[in-house]
Amino acid sequence: MRRHPTALMIAAGVLAAAIGIVLALLIDWFPTVAATQTERVSTLYDVLMIASVPIFVLVMTVVITAVIRFRMRPGQENEDGPPIHGNTRLEVVWTVLPALLILGLCVYSYIVLEDIEKAPAASQELHVGVHGEQFAWTFTYPEEITGGKELTTTELVLPVDRSVRFNIRTADVIHDFWVPDFAMKIDAVPGITTHYRVTPNRLGTYPVVCAELCGLGHSVMRSRVRVVEQAEFERWLQEQSQPAVEEDAGPAEQAAAGKEIFASQGCGGCHTLADAGSGGQIGPNLDEVLKGVDEAEIREDIVDPDAQIAAGYGPGIMPSTYGQTLSDSELNALVAYLKEATQ
Amino acid sequence: MSFRAPGFPRAGLGILVGIGLAYGIVSAVRALYGWDPVVDGDAVLQVALIAAPFGFLIGLGAFDYWFRWASGAPTVPEDHSGHGAKSWKDYFRVNTDHKVIGIQYTVTSFFFLAVGGMFAMLVRAELAQPGMQFVDPNTFNGLFSVHASVLIFLFIIPVFAGLANYVLPLMIGAPDMAFPRLNALSFWLLPVAGVMMLASFLAPGGSFATGWTAYAPLSTEAPIGQVFFTIGVQFAGASSIATALNFLVTIITMRAPGMSFFRMPLLVWANFSTSLLVVIATPFIAASQFFVLLDRALGFNFFDAAKGGDVLMYQHVFWFYSHPAVYIMMLPGFGIISEIIAVKARKPIFGYRMMAFSLLAIVVLGFTVWAHHMFVSGMQEWIRVPMMITTAVIAVPTGIKIFSWLATLWRGVLHLDTPMLFALGFLTMFTLGGISGVMLAMIPFDIHVSDTYFIVAHIHYVLFGGSLFTIFAGVYYWFPKMTGRMYDERLGKVHFWTTFIAFNCTFAPMHLIGIEGMPRRVADYAEQFAGWNLFISIASFVVGLSTLIFVYNIVTSWRAGVRAPANPWRALTLEWQVSSPPPIFNFDTIPTVVGGPYEYGVPGAVHGVFKGAEVKTTATPAGAAPAGD
Repeated sequence: MRRHPTALMIAAGVLAAAIGIVLALLIDWFPTVAATQTERVSTLYDVLMIASVPIFVLVMTVVITAVIRFRMRPGQENEDGPPIHGNTRLEVVWTVLPALLILGLCVYSYIVLEDIEKAPAASQELHVGVHGEQFAWTFTYPEEITGGKELTTTELVLPVDRSVRFNIRTADVIHDFWVPDFAMKIDAVPGITTHYRVTPNRLGTYPVVCAELCGLGHSVMRSRVRVVEQAEFERWLQEQSQPAVEEDAGPAEQAAAGKEIFASQGCGGCHTLADAGSGGQIGPNLDEVLKGVDEAEIREDIVDPDAQIAAGYGPGIMPSTYGQTLSDSELNALVAYLKEATQ
Repeated sequence: MSFRAPGFPRAGLGILVGIGLAYGIVSAVRALYGWDPVVDGDAVLQVALIAAPFGFLIGLGAFDYWFRWASGAPTVPEDHSGHGAKSWKDYFRVNTDHKVIGIQYTVTSFFFLAVGGMFAMLVRAELAQPGMQFVDPNTFNGLFSVHASVLIFLFIIPVFAGLANYVLPLMIGAPDMAFPRLNALSFWLLPVAGVMMLASFLAPGGSFATGWTAYAPLSTEAPIGQVFFTIGVQFAGASSIATALNFLVTIITMRAPGMSFFRMPLLVWANFSTSLLVVIATPFIAASQFFVLLDRALGFNFFDAAKGGDVLMYQHVFWFYSHPAVYIMMLPGFGIISEIIAVKARKPIFGYRMMAFSLLAIVVLGFTVWAHHMFVSGMQEWIRVPMMITTAVIAVPTGIKIFSWLATLWRGVLHLDTPMLFALGFLTMFTLGGISGVMLAMIPFDIHVSDTYFIVAHIHYVLFGGSLFTIFAGVYYWFPKMTGRMYDERLGKVHFWTTFIAFNCTFAPMHLIGIEGMPRRVADYAEQFAGWNLFISIASFVVGLSTLIFVYNIVTSWRAGVRAPANPWRALTLEWQVSSPPPIFNFDTIPTVVGGPYEYGVPGAVHGVFKGAEVKTTATPAGAAPAGD
């Protein structure tokens, strides 16, 4: 090989490319594969890695070889290289080959795109409304699904192995509805409804993330999605139509239920409340601002947050939808809890 | 101290007059309309942000000549006393000498690199652990917004204009730029824009915090600090358009005799292409920010969906500039690398004509790809596939450049000094950034990683591993010419290796955490990403520290480095055929160009000859006989 340095370089390059591809395929890049879409996208990613690694290795190999073989040796200070100005055949090759490779990848990506966006038969699909508002997500299940009246909730629950189409809207600025484990996302855009569909295929609980900068609380605009069996999904829908707390529950039960609501609604992401162990800094510290405030006022602060704003905070930071997403009994419980926890 | 002569005292007065005018105009208009209150702080501030900079520039003397001429007063004849710089004070006035302006530009831009880099350190300090430790969410959003804006508009774009300002007229054998007074104005617009963006931290409600993209309607509803970006960008943009026009006219009309377009060094080709991009694209970002300003200040509702506005239009107009802007931040670097690789490999550039044509191909294709930033924006779905194809295809001319540089290295005599190390670092790191760019063009993958740390990784491989490495390479390469001193080679190499390694440790893991699900622009993140973020933060501090080596090297070498000869690199291009630093008017006799710029290895080849005077300044290989063709 010593007499064939170029052959040595090619051998080293091929070996490095092979190792690189194996490593790239071994690394666990994607989050949990929790939807058919994630499967297709992560396969596409593997193909992209197989195409990309050799190109990077090629550049690295030539640079390293050139540095080793052609570096200036003592005594060469005033020497020049051979005056080679170009080579048309070579230049045609490195124009045409990359173009073909790239167009091939485009065709494959187009096929994947068609695949992950393909609509199932209309009756098969579940429609869920997604509503973004600084800084919380709410979800609506239409009457066809609930069997009763439309359900609005802060908890996203989906049946497994069934295509779901999200209809995404926003009340204020642009947000972006992303479930990393589903590998799909789209912006929530003022004035229009955007869509995408996924088919969750793995039971579990996954994060919902806002991916588009939406202001102060962008990083805490998170939620969860639970993928469950069809039977459990139906049971959950049933439960939602029941009141969270019995009407005649005592104050202690009310407050206990309220504490759960405080946690499940993600209130602590923005608010500090010692009793709940939360330390959010987007909104006012509830231990301070709710001290000595009566129940009617606490209720107003929740359902109409801009009516009275704590000093140092601007309007429009807190979602104004809790009056709709929380039932009356839930609101009562939450108010009772906040009253008790801040006295 | 005189308030009548141009200078800083009069500029200060100009600022006060501008603010006074803003008060007067706003109060008068509000009183006429009967609005309450007559004096509105936000309204005055917005007008003052436009009026005060003009007051400053007029006071400084940037418009003196034109005002005299326009009013029919006798103009002060140019006695060239403004050329050259005799002391550091000469860098603080309106100077029309392209070499002084080049240094003003470069030093100012590096000041903003230091500031923008410091913001990055603060961002990384906050992100070292999940939860909030050092800053509140509003400050955090402000820090990364100002970091990006300052480094794009006040570092990368102007530093290339600065380096080219210095060397481009020398390279084409011209005594100066075509419009020296416009050139001076272009420079002085920059500190205006920069100071404005930094001053936004003093605004009530904090600095602009909507990212450098300033998407509406977040930006139209943000506190008043946003306007410092909206208006600051106008001044930076005006500066860049004026400089681009200047370059175009200079390149087209002021080349030395014999310098045909295909005898121009590739740096000149690169700046020609970049200037075309700037002149065509920059008005679009100006428009997008004027829309935001009109929405905010006068209730035009361009972006209020409830009143018939269209939110997506902002993104289309914004990216119609901001994608070409990526090439504005890359093509001049391509030019620098071509110069350095040819000289340091001692070989002609492989495929010179394809190198020039591929630049023009990138200019044309660069205008056809903008919506790949909007694959998840909710725009019309059919736009995506055509934009995927154009985006992927733009990798072909870029690939031609990479492969041609590799072929130039092959069989050369490689001088592995600091400029060459940065050039090779660029070659490998930019390839990675280019590859992740092609991956991002693929729509299904892009949908998953849009707005994640994968994007952060990609853009830093392009702008740090790409642009910044070319800037370091260029600064080291032309340092002897610009200052007349040699830099410290050993420190230069230490700087390269620390930066190269720490850069990769900082940005490579971001690809992984992005795909795994960490969104960008977040002050807080899920616990699962804590390990990598701590690693990234520590590596980023090493990047920050490594820059101190560069600063130390530059400062001490400039003050007391070894005197540089005229042509330490044995280069053929014209800027090396004059003394270091060059004479005030560049050439005692205008050179005649007789051959290509990179004829290394051709016995007796020269690029230009100085008729009349003996060719005594050259150190070209194999003598200085005017041969070659």
